[in-house]
Amino acid sequence: MRFPYSETVLEHFRHPRNVGKIENPDGKATEGSPACGDMVAVYIKVDPKTNTIADIKFESYGCASNIATGSIITELAKGKTLDEAKNITWKEASEALGGLPKIKAHCSVLAVEGLRSAIQNYEERHGLVKEQKPTTVEVVRQRLKKVINPLTGLNVVRTNLVKDIEIKDGTVRVLVDVPQDHQFAHAIKEDITERIEPLWDVKKLVVEFTE
Amino acid sequence: MLGRVVYLDNAAATRLDERVLEAMRPYFFDTYAVATSEFGYSQGIEAREALDGAREAIASALGAAPEEFIFTSGSTESSNIALKGVALALGKKKDKHIIVSKIEDFPVLHSSQALEKQGFQVTYLDVDGDGFVDLDKLRDSMTNETILVSIQHANQEIGTIQDIEGIGHICREKGVLFHTDATHTFPWVPLDVKRIPVDLVTVSAHTIHGPKGIGGLYIRQGTQIAKWVDGGFQEFNLRAGLENIAGAVGFAKAVELITPEETKRLQEMRDRLIDRILAEIPNSTLNGHRWRRLPQNANITFHFVEGESMTLHLDMRGFAVSTGSACFSRSLEGSHVIFGIGGDHERTHGSIRFTFGRYNTMEDVDAVVQALAEIVKELRSISPLGKNREKEEG
Repeated sequence: MRFPYSETVLEHFRHPRNVGKIENPDGKATEGSPACGDMVAVYIKVDPKTNTIADIKFESYGCASNIATGSIITELAKGKTLDEAKNITWKEASEALGGLPKIKAHCSVLAVEGLRSAIQNYEERHGLVKEQKPTTVEVVRQRLKKVINPLTGLNVVRTNLVKDIEIKDGTVRVLVDVPQDHQFAHAIKEDITERIEPLWDVKKLVVEFTE
Repeated sequence: MLGRVVYLDNAAATRLDERVLEAMRPYFFDTYAVATSEFGYSQGIEAREALDGAREAIASALGAAPEEFIFTSGSTESSNIALKGVALALGKKKDKHIIVSKIEDFPVLHSSQALEKQGFQVTYLDVDGDGFVDLDKLRDSMTNETILVSIQHANQEIGTIQDIEGIGHICREKGVLFHTDATHTFPWVPLDVKRIPVDLVTVSAHTIHGPKGIGGLYIRQGTQIAKWVDGGFQEFNLRAGLENIAGAVGFAKAVELITPEETKRLQEMRDRLIDRILAEIPNSTLNGHRWRRLPQNANITFHFVEGESMTLHLDMRGFAVSTGSACFSRSLEGSHVIFGIGGDHERTHGSIRFTFGRYNTMEDVDAVVQALAEIVKELRSISPLGKNREKEEG
């Protein structure tokens, strides 16, 4: 039999670790990708004395790589300090799984983001709320680094697909250097929308494609 | 688990029937010459006769004359020739309007998009919740510039069978050419061009236990269509290229082997699968019409779970199926067909297509239902959607 994933991915897919929900979690977050429809929920319990992750659980509505990444990320994060856990990257998760296909980056990065958001959620709840900063070109650029170009598995900023960002009166314009009828144009647009639209002072988002 | 692979993706490709292979064999090893003119050498004349015989057999299954049927490399090429050939022949000056349904398969959809780039206007007709084209909407969308309507006989994913007779009459009334993609119906679902006013029909061998790489196009006598695969004078000077004689003979044999009894057997498997799943697996929805659908097709969404996870679990247990989930597709887009019938991301995401063929049995049906019941239950238990979410919101 010839399966599309590594043995480790298949093992975590078949027997995901730390699955489920934590009642009264200290932090929780749900990350979803409208581009592919996948979703991950992450719940954490924090030991306030050591500032470490005492318990972590996840739930997945997603494909095999999404489930496997959710599983490995809980193993990687358990016992780590919040700062250490925050810095776990998709690449580390992917390596721990023996490699994931590039085209699956956008489904599997959700678990990594879910962990970071759950930690952020904990920090916000515990008086570490950051001020609401106005959206700048730099803020948009940072957010777009989470949008993965499915062809390369790398983000659209790094691969120079974002040609221009413009902000005027609450309207954000993003120019993407792929043709309108590109195989992934639709997926990229939805992903950008998901990252930028929730920003508190963004009234309108326009995603434009080059010819 | 049955200890063997249960292949339920027969709409994508089928196992070759041994009898087809036997019919093809002589044209690889004995009569391998090019089909010559009637003044050629013996082997070439024999090859020509084999090709003519295959053509006659397939044309007659469609109720057509042999000279109304050309061989192609498969249904993709057939639909390309139909759309682009008609556009090239008729798309002069302002007559540049084409109508297709939104849920056509990619050869028709992407040929239409290619023609749009050449200055054609294309109407992508909406379909209803079961996938049917509305005949009044079709009539209303026709203009004086309309040259071609291309609406499939049955849908590749959800199996919905269109009223091509009704569509054909409207086209005839308006003097517009009508092409139908019959890749998934021919010859399971009868289509007689003497009775149905259709001008072009795409057919293929790969869906009926014939070889891959051979298909055909019915072209009604007198239809204006331009040649655009240029080269020699093969296929009535409509499609150049060395004839695939073994393929043509195999295609004809595959058509001959299909019987009404077999269609009925496929339908019984389909019905048992649909009935059992809807009754035994909660939160499952049938996509497409319950009865007016392909005899070999079932398409069901299992809510709160994702399709690629289900197909991988099924694969690990020896079942091959396909899904409309974005995670499974090459473009990372969910099925345009499920979106076309009004489905949302979630409905495409959890959709599974089962397509039966000659080598499936009722035992396969029961085994896949059993496996699915377990897999869906397991995946739902780790899903943040469904029961868990209801609890949280409540």
